[in-house]
Amino acid sequence: MATDRFQAPDYYLLDDLLSEEHKLIRNTVREWVKKEVSPIIEDYAQRAAFPKHLISGLAGIGAFGPYIPVEYGGAGLDQISYGLIMQEIERGDSGLRSTASVQSSLVMYPIYTYGSEAQRKKYLPKLATGEWLGCFGLTEPDAGSNPGGMLTNYKDAGDHVILNGSKMWISNAPFADIAVVWAKDEAGDIRGLVVERGMEGFTTPETHGKWSLRASATGELVFDNVKVPKENIFPEIKGLKGPLGCLNSARYGISWGVIGAAMDCYDSALRYAKERKQFGRPIAGFQLQQKKLAEMVTEITKAQLLCWRLGVLKNEHRATPQQISMAKRNNVNMALEIAREARQIHGGMGITGEYPIMRHMMNLESVVTYEGTHDIHLLITGMHITGENAFGG
Amino acid sequence: MKILVCISNVPDTTSKINFTDDHKSFVSAGVQYIINPYDELALTRALEITEKDGGSVTVINVGDASTDATIRKALAIGATDAVRINAAPRDAYFVAKQIAQYAKQHAFDLILTGRESIDYNGGQVASMVAELLDMPSVTNIKLLQLENGVATMEREIEGGKELLTCPLPLVGSATEGIAEPRIPNMRGIMSARTKPLAVVDAVDVALLTEVIGYDKPKTRSNVNLIAAEDVAKLVTLLHTEAKVI
Ligand SMILES: Cc1cc2nc3c(=O)[nH]c(=O)nc-3n(C[C@H](O)[C@H](O)[C@H](O)COP(=O)(O)OP(=O)(O)OC[C@H]3O[C@@H](n4cnc5c(N)ncnc54)[C@H](O)[C@@H]3O)c2cc1C
Ligand SMILES: Cc1cc2nc3c(=O)[nH]c(=O)nc-3n(C[C@H](O)[C@H](O)[C@H](O)COP(=O)(O)OP(=O)(O)OC[C@H]3O[C@@H](n4cnc5c(N)ncnc54)[C@H](O)[C@@H]3O)c2cc1C
Repeated sequence: MATDRFQAPDYYLLDDLLSEEHKLIRNTVREWVKKEVSPIIEDYAQRAAFPKHLISGLAGIGAFGPYIPVEYGGAGLDQISYGLIMQEIERGDSGLRSTASVQSSLVMYPIYTYGSEAQRKKYLPKLATGEWLGCFGLTEPDAGSNPGGMLTNYKDAGDHVILNGSKMWISNAPFADIAVVWAKDEAGDIRGLVVERGMEGFTTPETHGKWSLRASATGELVFDNVKVPKENIFPEIKGLKGPLGCLNSARYGISWGVIGAAMDCYDSALRYAKERKQFGRPIAGFQLQQKKLAEMVTEITKAQLLCWRLGVLKNEHRATPQQISMAKRNNVNMALEIAREARQIHGGMGITGEYPIMRHMMNLESVVTYEGTHDIHLLITGMHITGENAFGG
Repeated sequence: MKILVCISNVPDTTSKINFTDDHKSFVSAGVQYIINPYDELALTRALEITEKDGGSVTVINVGDASTDATIRKALAIGATDAVRINAAPRDAYFVAKQIAQYAKQHAFDLILTGRESIDYNGGQVASMVAELLDMPSVTNIKLLQLENGVATMEREIEGGKELLTCPLPLVGSATEGIAEPRIPNMRGIMSARTKPLAVVDAVDVALLTEVIGYDKPKTRSNVNLIAAEDVAKLVTLLHTEAKVI
């Protein structure tokens, strides 16, 4: 891939809304992505390989548990810093951002929020340094948008429980050291527990042939009479609000993350349009191309404002799940549309890995589906404003 | 080992450069500032030395409060502490005088600068500081080793290199090769919050130079491409337009 000449659009001077530390963090991650990610990511994505060597770098820039308190190995940063880190990583690649999201919001967050002190001490510091990687098992073959329909369950067996069932589409599964798993207890309540690699009967077969998030490993979690010590069960939480709390945090990060992918597509398209000449002039001079570029920067600016405001609300513990749904839905769709338009501006060049567009576009097809599909988030807003449940079931 | 690294706050290399209508000053609105890249190399080498042999690295900047973000970044990269001489830098002599004044009171073993600032490109501060402190000075250092109070250095010279040694204390300016720049990590950013950044009043310095004006280079004129087989046209144009034959 050609050198990364990325320059971030900031049409409304939103940098003025950030603190010096926010900017230092963002610029640091941006520099890291330019140096470590951009030169290699296309190759890894083409080969469908996960760039494992980047894990310690991700930990170094604070991508694992940025808002987890320092005493547990996190960076103790605010939510805007978390968002900016996700934005910059996803500017590089959504797959790599997914690894960071899962580790931070779906593994460290529940252990910190729902876990016992012993669980926090055991897992969080090693997850923060990337010595251990985690995954999050909610989705099952027959329970996707409707996680309440899950079949995975455990039975009491004295000092431990016996876990049975399977999870699919699990990011990081093939190499994860631990899995935060959601399963029903004997009363039928959803509970969370930490399953460790090496426990007998626990396997993680890899899912092959993805056209999206190719630089991120996805797999299944299979539990065949796995003995899990009772001390691995989260004491504090029962019911769907457990996993949904995690998803709130991850979806918030995704709202920021996809702005990164959109900015990369826009930046590349703008540069290409100014440099590429047809009919004796740069294609940026044609109205049809200007319409695309002007709409892209407008949508990015709106998404940036949405995220900044959501970040402020989140810092004040006032962001609602419904507000987060709106941002996830709007921003992922915005990024996907920009990727598609940017692909066309690049003409045939947009089809090759010489430019990042097609990779972003394909990645975003997963992002629009996971963490609540585009439809499901609309139903959440719909139910919130009308009071009518349109989910069915 | 006490090292002082002089850092200059310069526009990011991708910034658009514009001057005020009277051509007397640079328009800084909307410009992102960074640590002068050569200074970042000097800082990195200083950190490598103190990480290996012990000691401290102080960064100094002559500037107003707007440079604090740049100084914090130097602290995040790993400097021990920082000093800002509170004054808008006016020319190289002014800057050198402030740095020398501070250095006099703190007995540094080594003072490093960049080879030149990438904005005003004076390339003068290091030598001036050395002169004001009555210390030896070496410019454009691309390799620097310290042993038993003696620096061994490799300098870049036209078409080759120069090897030399010099006892400490010493003022040196750094260029490419001396170190690979480091990206700060999150621990560094977090610890930079609490590292000391002292703000010191400037000493009076008479201005020795006055800027009359700045101008941007002329934009390059269009290239006239002539097909390889059309030699006759080339000859005609060289005669009638370029007027060289
Ligand atoms: C690459 C990748 C990584 C993933 N990583 C993880 C992970 O780490 N952990 C994890 O637990 N899961 C993960 N997932 C799973 C993901 O969250 C699910 O795919 C998602 O929730 C959708 O579930 P489903 O695939 O079963 O689709 P379904 O729920 O079957 O949905 C199919 C379609 O029906 C629509 N639909 C469903 N219900 C309704 C309704 N009530 N009204 C209208 N339309 C409806 C949906 O919008 C969708 O378009 C990942 C998925 C992918 C692709
Ligand atoms: C003619 C002229 C007019 C100027 N007018 C203005 C003005 O109106 N407003 C304004 O803000 N600036 C102005 N400057 C820039 C400012 O004075 C510079 O910081 C100073 O001149 C040093 O720049 P230099 O290019 O000579 O440095 P160089 O000698 O090229 O710098 C070499 C090294 O010295 C160190 N150094 C340079 N500057 C500083 C600094 N400020 N603090 C700490 N270390 C430093 C760095 O390590 C740098 O790599 C002017 C510069 C010149 C030459």
